[in-house]
Amino acid sequence: MSTEEIRAALADIVNEVAGVDADDVQLEKSFVDDLDVDSLSMVEVVVEAEEKFGVTIPDDQVKNLKTVGDAVSYIERARAAA
Amino acid sequence: MSAQPKSRTRVVVTGLGTTNPLGGDAATTWERMLAGESGVRPIEDPAFADLPVRIAGTAAVEPTDVLDRVRARRLDRSSQFALTAAIEAWHDSGLDVPQQAGELDGDRIGVAMASGIGGVQTLLSNYDAMLAKGPRRVSPLAVPMLMANAPAATISLEIGARAAVNTPVSACASGNEAIALAADQIRLGRADVVLAGGTEAAIHPLPVAAFANMMALSKNTGDPTTVSRPWDTARDGFVLGEGAGALVLESLEHARARGARIYAEVLGAGITADAHDIAQPDPQGRGGARAILRALADGDIDPASVAHVNAHATSTPQGDVAEALMLHATLGAHAGDVVVSGTKSMTGHLLGGAGALEAVATVLAIQNRLAPPTINLDNLDPAVELDIATKPRDLPLGDIVGLNNSFGFGGANVAVAFGSVD
Repeated sequence: MSTEEIRAALADIVNEVAGVDADDVQLEKSFVDDLDVDSLSMVEVVVEAEEKFGVTIPDDQVKNLKTVGDAVSYIERARAAA
Repeated sequence: MSAQPKSRTRVVVTGLGTTNPLGGDAATTWERMLAGESGVRPIEDPAFADLPVRIAGTAAVEPTDVLDRVRARRLDRSSQFALTAAIEAWHDSGLDVPQQAGELDGDRIGVAMASGIGGVQTLLSNYDAMLAKGPRRVSPLAVPMLMANAPAATISLEIGARAAVNTPVSACASGNEAIALAADQIRLGRADVVLAGGTEAAIHPLPVAAFANMMALSKNTGDPTTVSRPWDTARDGFVLGEGAGALVLESLEHARARGARIYAEVLGAGITADAHDIAQPDPQGRGGARAILRALADGDIDPASVAHVNAHATSTPQGDVAEALMLHATLGAHAGDVVVSGTKSMTGHLLGGAGALEAVATVLAIQNRLAPPTINLDNLDPAVELDIATKPRDLPLGDIVGLNNSFGFGGANVAVAFGSVD
């Protein structure tokens, strides 16, 4: 999957969980400050993303995923390492 | 308005809302009730295929069709019903309009929204997910979705209620108990307005199997619309329903100050327990009779002014007879003059939502002076000597009182008396 494909698939998850318009889920956006995704919704996004992308995102890593770009990069690295 | 010599805060009903097997709002529900329609339908879900009971009073309007998708996703179905009914009642009261709400302060608004079982569908679907995919798949929202006070808390957030936010739990009496507690909050000066009611969403294979195994549900496999038949000789158990009812209760002073439309007055309430059996009603209905007597005493109500009873009448062999006995024990010779309705014949039994939906029906009956029918009553049980409305029946002019009865597992008994206001 390309970076854009991962971003788009993640955007669909964020839309499903938190109702954020998928077009707003761009790499530079902060989950909390820009997209209003609260902590429990973020857990749901992470679990959905783990299933979608076949990766594991430990709880202690989630706090480092501040932006959509952080999450996309993490998923890309995790997929490459798998 | 009925005379009320006690100098205490009077409580009135200024808003109504419901979503249930007959309709997604109070007006539609009332219209279909008067038409004698049934909301009992076959359950098509294959998960029920092996169950002995495959009919229920499923909601006429899916709550996810009327609530915002993301918001609904974070609520158990029971909270979805409660929120839908509460939004309707709040809007109906006019309190969502700042000009009508006046100086209303959230610190003076309470909530009493009951549930019989809590968020059982959320609990079970998360357990299914855990078994299938592991603990990581349990939703982080599972606890705030399934906790029994989730419907009340959801409504508190919706309307900004910051006085007591209560969740009475007394099985099938819960919804009516919420109304009794709400009236008390206002009488005690702890709130000016309380949004009260009850909700339930338990049409899931596990609770259906459990109720069927305890022989509480009807096993009748005939036309689903004929299975809930209170007081009929062929009754053999209740039909499960789902949905919610909500009423805005308000001090008379507060309602008058803002020029609110008043549907009825909450004259009195009685709450008792049987201390007889965890599931069976006292066969003589003594606990229920004491609840009715307390409600009458609480409101200084002359039994002769009781014109209408919305009975608990679940269509069980024992319970329906016990309720007839308690009406005779409490209303005496007048019991035969009271027009009695068993609306579960049309809606099925909403458990924790039942008392609230039936309170909405009682208030509308008193206000419109029209008792709703009891359907499927083909052969009246000879042990039941009551005047049961089988078609809509006019109620008398003048000051009249309507009683709403609810009884629950655990021996809970609640009676609430509503009085006419014109």
